[in-house]
Amino acid sequence: MTDYLIDGGVLADGKKAQVFISGGRIVEIDHVVANPNAVNAVRVDAHGCLILPGFVDIHTHLREPGREDSETVESGSRAAAKGGFTAVSAMANTFPVADTAGVVEQVYALGQAAGLCDVFPIGAVTQGLAGQALAELGAMADSKARVRIFSDDGNCVFDPIVMRRALEYVKKFNGVIAQHAQDPQLTKDAQMNEGFLSSRLGMKGWPSVAEESIIARDVLLADHVQSRLHVCHVTTSGGVDIIRWAKARGIQVSAEVTPHHLLLTEELATSYDPIYKVNPPLRTEKDVMALREGLADGTIDVVATDHAPHSAESKECEWQAAAFGMLGLETAFSIVQATMIDTKMMTWSDLVDRMSTAPALIGGYSDHGHSLRVGSSAHVAIVNPTRAWQVDRDLVASRSKNTPYHGMEFPGSVVATFFRGVPTVLDSKLVRTNNGN
Amino acid sequence: MRHLLSSADLSYAQAVKILDTAQEMARISEGPVKKLPTLRGRTIVNLFFEDSTRTRISFEAAAKRLSADVINFSAKGSSTSKGESLKDTAQTLQAMGADAVILRHSASGAAQRLASSHWTTGSVINAGDGTHEHPTQALLDAFTIRKHLRGGTGDLRGLTVAIVGDILHSRVARSNIHLLNLLGAQVILVAPPTLIPLGAEKWSVQISYDLDAVLPLVDAVMMLRVQQERMNDFFFPTAREYSHYYGLNSDRLKLMKPTSLIMHPGPMNRGLEITAESADSARSVILEQVTNGVSVRMAVLYLLLAGAPNEDGELI
Amino acid sequence: MSVALSAVDISRALTRIAHEILERNGGPDSIVLMGIPTRGAFLASRLANSIAGIEGREVPVGTLDITLHRDDLRLRPLRALVPTMTPLGGIEGRNVILVDDVLFSGRTIRAALDALGEIGRPKSVQLAALVDRGHRELPIRADYVGKNLPTSKAQSVKVHLSEIDGVDEVLVESTEG
Repeated sequence: MTDYLIDGGVLADGKKAQVFISGGRIVEIDHVVANPNAVNAVRVDAHGCLILPGFVDIHTHLREPGREDSETVESGSRAAAKGGFTAVSAMANTFPVADTAGVVEQVYALGQAAGLCDVFPIGAVTQGLAGQALAELGAMADSKARVRIFSDDGNCVFDPIVMRRALEYVKKFNGVIAQHAQDPQLTKDAQMNEGFLSSRLGMKGWPSVAEESIIARDVLLADHVQSRLHVCHVTTSGGVDIIRWAKARGIQVSAEVTPHHLLLTEELATSYDPIYKVNPPLRTEKDVMALREGLADGTIDVVATDHAPHSAESKECEWQAAAFGMLGLETAFSIVQATMIDTKMMTWSDLVDRMSTAPALIGGYSDHGHSLRVGSSAHVAIVNPTRAWQVDRDLVASRSKNTPYHGMEFPGSVVATFFRGVPTVLDSKLVRTNNGN
Repeated sequence: MRHLLSSADLSYAQAVKILDTAQEMARISEGPVKKLPTLRGRTIVNLFFEDSTRTRISFEAAAKRLSADVINFSAKGSSTSKGESLKDTAQTLQAMGADAVILRHSASGAAQRLASSHWTTGSVINAGDGTHEHPTQALLDAFTIRKHLRGGTGDLRGLTVAIVGDILHSRVARSNIHLLNLLGAQVILVAPPTLIPLGAEKWSVQISYDLDAVLPLVDAVMMLRVQQERMNDFFFPTAREYSHYYGLNSDRLKLMKPTSLIMHPGPMNRGLEITAESADSARSVILEQVTNGVSVRMAVLYLLLAGAPNEDGELI
Repeated sequence: MSVALSAVDISRALTRIAHEILERNGGPDSIVLMGIPTRGAFLASRLANSIAGIEGREVPVGTLDITLHRDDLRLRPLRALVPTMTPLGGIEGRNVILVDDVLFSGRTIRAALDALGEIGRPKSVQLAALVDRGHRELPIRADYVGKNLPTSKAQSVKVHLSEIDGVDEVLVESTEG
């Protein structure tokens, strides 16, 4: 394995440091590395950059098995690497659904074969995501994939008794239920946030209360049975308030927010361009501000992209016929920098917590999320906060092109990514590895 | 503007110009020879993804009276069965050389989607998109009111119009609210609370749940069609209760001003939102709305297709 | 820019044309005047007044907006339509005198003939033009002409009438700068 010396950058706390990587691990961090082998190491220029632990995304859709036309585990891994991620969790709404040990082991194996980041499959809560019978959660936990996060994402676990049982059952192996909070009765055929704008545009609305009522119910359930709850993609200011209330009472709840909900609002739907169609929908300026505050004060624990690739046919049509979802992996860091760091709402250490440490803790990914320290696996993201770039949908690493940011400029970018000591991205470009990827 | 997508896009001057032009078209339609050579050689496509014989025939008549060639394309397409995609169909029609596409679709925003895509280059006229807008309907409604109550010229300043029924799902209501306000009229919405859209209190309208209180105040009442299926979605308990409170029956006729007009965009649910007596009464202009529809659509086609853009790139 | 016709010239020409119309048609009985807006309509009114002055009888007057029948609509932005006013008693079986200010390519008159066809079937259609500036593109000729003004294509003829322009005059100007 090649040795690498990252030189000229600073750590999250602002200290200038050189980082020496060897044998897949971080061997030394120092103002000037003393290790004699460093002299022969490949130098990685990090001037003007921050050297951070590799990011961890606990909410992505990699579409394999079943929808390989829009993404595969491998292409998704490439997108993840470009975004500075060294670990991603893959949601279970594949075809077939990841509700058995067999399917999660398959996804895990695909991630290993791609070898660009760790892919941790998420197991379904209920069989077929139908919300009725529990899936074999224990078998999935014991499988090679060692599933700890379970989610029916795409669907809400709506029946309260099913949700209660699921919360209870995973205590055995310290699992966590990640809920997609959406009351299905209140959101039948819903297209965008319900409000003044949806009425004017003639589009069926997705009211905030449909999310908040489920969050409220679930935090109370989690408290009652003393189990861990994770709330996927929080999008409303009311949702943030409920989670803040729950945490103040000591309830074991964690929450995530997507980069697009930190940046975009429902105003974009005025164009009727379904590139902006997503579930849960883009909401109001007030919600965006509440989410940013929630992320800054830790009410929201992590940033998770909900990376949702879709083929061109699913988006080149009228809004109602289009699929819900946006790409997210490659732009996540830039958006969090623009909305949270450059606005001085968070420090770089906070960003490391929200994008690396906290997500790794929730998933139990013990090899990830540690701030850079000697001895840990060398999962590193090198970012340059002043290297601006413009998003081009034709240059994405994902198989699909449904990014809502095409043409937008962001102030900072990911420059290099190291996965277990091997560079997957250098100079903002994917590295061709020995197995031809 | 190159397209007619919504009445919210029209300026006062543009709206009046369309109505004045429609006036001329109406006069020609009353003469012995109803045909004009003005759009000879143009191809106009009726692209209807939703069944609507009435609107389609109205546009067809308008186009033919201006000597344009008309192609009718009925596509089966709903949000559940993708069927023929809007993009594919539009590109096929473009390859056939359509100068204008008249689009009716069940998806709100479909007309705008078509106009802002690069799937066709001709003018797009919205003949009804989901629950969003139906601008030519609003124009013919305004034309009809103007003809009866303003001598066929000017605008609708000083008039009050009630729109009654399923406002929530009505593109006719939305287009009319924009246009009536633009032309200076006051609008009152009357419906059970379940059928008033969220945020409507911020629109430039008054809202009332009491039809009897509103009828004596208005110069025209527009009854909207109420679908029986709405009962299954819990918008109102029974048809009987709906008609009792919101149906335009003969008792309610007596509450109206002697010069007030009764209007309906059609098709009517006789017995639900309107009784046969009211529909056929002397102050009903429902059939005339249909005739005026052809004149208004002739005006729109003429203005969008006959001339060249002015220095601002505008057609109307 | 030169003045081809002064106010006095215009007045005399119109008086002469009024007499010619009466002479040709054997009196005012069968005549209907149809002016082509904008200025042709004013000229038609003036002719009607002239005839009334000579014969002591009113002659029906109407206007004919030919915009919808033009063959050159696509080349320029659309103007507002002007209502066509059918003269009292219609045109069926009457001698229609079309009145326009300038006769040039003849296309306006061709459109007017089509437009007339929609209103009815006249016994005859005659044309009175205040100015004939030549350069016909169609086989159209005027029956009554105020003044023949041979012009080059590089020139433009402007008719001003007091009803709308505040003054009566016909100007010829060169369009080449």
